[in-house]
Amino acid sequence: MTRPEDLPRDGPALQGEELHRRLSVTWGRAPGLWGWLTTVDHKEVARRYLITALAFFSFGGVLALMMRVQLATPESGLIDPDRYNQIFSMHGTTMMFLFAVPVMEAMAIYLVPLMVGTRAIAFPRLNAFSYWLYLAGGVMIWIAFILNVGPEAGWFTYVPLAGPEYSPGKRTDFWAQMVTFTEVAALAVAVELVATIVKQRAPGMSLDRMPLFVWSILVTALMVIFSMPAVALASGMLISDRLVATHFFNAAEGGSALLWQHLFWFFGHPEVYIIFLPGLGFVSQITETFCRRRVFAYPAMVAALLLTGLLAFGLWVHHMFATGLPRLGYAFYTAASMAIALPSGVQIFCWIATMWESRPRLEVPMLYVIGFIVTFVIGGITGVMVASVPLDLELHDTYFVVAHFHYTLIGGAVFPLLGALTYWFPKMTGRMMGKRMGLTGFALVFLGFHLTFMPMHFVGMMGMPRRVYTYPASMGWEGLNRLSTVGAFVLAIGLLVFAGNLALSLRRGRLAGPNPWNAASLEWAPASPPPPYNFAHIPVVGGHTPLWDDHGRLTYMSGLRVDDRELLLTTAIDATPDLREPSPTPTIWPLLAALATTGLFIWSIFDPWAVVWGSIPVAITLTLWFWPKSREPATEPVIE
Amino acid sequence: MSKPSSFAGDLSGLPTHAFGARSLTWWGVIAYMLIEGTAFALAGASYLFLMSQEQNWPPARLPDLLAGTLFTVVILLSELPNIILKKAAEKEDLAQVRRWLIILDLIGLLLLVIRGFEFQMINVRWNDNAYGSIAWALLLLHTVHILTDWVDSAVLTALMFTPHGKGRRFVDVSEDCLYWRFVWLTWLPIYLLLYWAPRVA
Repeated sequence: MTRPEDLPRDGPALQGEELHRRLSVTWGRAPGLWGWLTTVDHKEVARRYLITALAFFSFGGVLALMMRVQLATPESGLIDPDRYNQIFSMHGTTMMFLFAVPVMEAMAIYLVPLMVGTRAIAFPRLNAFSYWLYLAGGVMIWIAFILNVGPEAGWFTYVPLAGPEYSPGKRTDFWAQMVTFTEVAALAVAVELVATIVKQRAPGMSLDRMPLFVWSILVTALMVIFSMPAVALASGMLISDRLVATHFFNAAEGGSALLWQHLFWFFGHPEVYIIFLPGLGFVSQITETFCRRRVFAYPAMVAALLLTGLLAFGLWVHHMFATGLPRLGYAFYTAASMAIALPSGVQIFCWIATMWESRPRLEVPMLYVIGFIVTFVIGGITGVMVASVPLDLELHDTYFVVAHFHYTLIGGAVFPLLGALTYWFPKMTGRMMGKRMGLTGFALVFLGFHLTFMPMHFVGMMGMPRRVYTYPASMGWEGLNRLSTVGAFVLAIGLLVFAGNLALSLRRGRLAGPNPWNAASLEWAPASPPPPYNFAHIPVVGGHTPLWDDHGRLTYMSGLRVDDRELLLTTAIDATPDLREPSPTPTIWPLLAALATTGLFIWSIFDPWAVVWGSIPVAITLTLWFWPKSREPATEPVIE
Repeated sequence: MSKPSSFAGDLSGLPTHAFGARSLTWWGVIAYMLIEGTAFALAGASYLFLMSQEQNWPPARLPDLLAGTLFTVVILLSELPNIILKKAAEKEDLAQVRRWLIILDLIGLLLLVIRGFEFQMINVRWNDNAYGSIAWALLLLHTVHILTDWVDSAVLTALMFTPHGKGRRFVDVSEDCLYWRFVWLTWLPIYLLLYWAPRVA
């Protein structure tokens, strides 16, 4: 038997090219299609998530343009009301479930293991499984939509409109199962991220030295864990009302339509923050790099993230002001909705303070940060406005609300995302994005956005309700609607310029090197793009800005195995080295398990017994996934 | 790559597995317990919400106590062998782990049989009214947990009878015991809701 001291490990005796060669064999994957289908590398899975989410973003965008064309003129007959219902439902569903949450997860899956200095994400097979499920759910709902069985009751699918009586056929069932797909995927990713952040941080990266992006992802993942079960439960109840005649939402048999609204918004409101908190994380990282100093008041920033996460669970009822509530309920949820502006305000002031004290480099990512601050503050202010019940009752279900949440979601999440993509593109691809196209794209996106959504505030105050497929000419809404439509096309051209820049830079961009922006966090230490094992040696962290401290010279820990996938686990708070644990190898079973699960979910739309019979292949594939196949990883005798 | 790296310490002496919060598996299990616990809590809240909307609760016959109470007694008693199994796993005592895994598998089977009777004895069908729907939902949700844990334990039992039954597999057994604790703990509020809330209301 091999003695532990004879096993190859990284260290003074094994480094440089030889170590790279051997780690690449251990952590690499099989070539060709098989390797592609079986990979568990977090960077590869993240890239897939990213590309898929951006594809759905463009599909959702095309739907938005279709709506804008329809609304540009009154009494337009371009799109009939039934198709229009499906279009706005698919727009919201696609943007929330298939773009916004997955794209933020994609960034986290790629960046978090690199930022905390580990070789792989926790539970990498679960990660691969989650991607396949997400893909299957997204493809399913889009095929349904193309076949004219797309969802039709809006992205929040209120009953009784979505119940068996008013939404016959299979349209809403597809929506409900799409939710199941995406929630199972999102919850799996949240579990992986929490475990990675808590247990796999580099030695010395105590909680109070964690990059702010990692903090934002930790809070986001916890919010996913506590909020997404609500929508999974609600959509389960909805589909069973429709398929097996339960009465959860049927008032005639003691059910309640408000039960749907409570469960949906208990998820739906935190959902907004699940999308927006990673955006705050991007902003903090970008601000730090381009101002070349730590973000002002780190403890206040962390406290603000935690407080936002907590408060986000206390204000779901503000979506239900129009349903009638007890007085105390109105007062409480108004207060909570206004209170959540405070932690956001604290962060905004901290970023401004960071910029104030420095001379920010106005590179493209930084411009998106400034665009974010301007836009998000406007969205935040309209948010405080509709927290007030009398005003909300006036503006509820009008275009004012549409304007408000696009300011918070595009301003608060998409702007930071575009900045983040520009910022981390060199890390992911090894090349820089073109600056001139980047500037053009930013200008068009910023201008186009405000041109589209600013007029919606006014048309909303003039009484235009959302989700109407047309309006009479006599209402006087035409001019503002036409302006919005022009803006939407400017915005779309801006996004096309951004996408063109991505595609061109992939081949022709300037070579980046490991740390082109001279940033401080660990993801910039390895080569760009990083090798499959991320770090040749596990880095040691002694401060908040490891690559700026000590003239960028990192020190390392040696001694992880080179012939087997091994991770360092550290303690949860102080990140002192504790264990070496093996990390799972590539396998086809997550894909097969995802296929079996897809079969179960889609079959169950047509036959409730699928839940029984369809779970057998799922159980078989999961068992084979977990069953150890090769030699035991412990060729090393147990010495502890 | 060209410059030699400087090292602050060596990790090769660290152990390769440990129990409880030191292991990655523990954090995964805890996270899934939080997810499922939230689902249970929200399902329970839905029960109370629907109850608060009704004048008469339950709007059907009262559930019979026998099967549900028997289930509760058996699942509470199952914690004793569960404790023994967890301790054996943490001592990496293979023979004891094999024996108590089999015993717990049999208890799981017994619980599933009693659960079958429970569905008969709650005296309402899922499609009778909203009360029936939520009662079935709670019972079904919990049954899924019993069933998945039973399958999981059966696979682990088989695994422990192969040459793989060593080292990190004991951590898996220990986490399985932790999860079982979650399964019976979540049952207690559901039992109260299903069988006693209608009697008190």
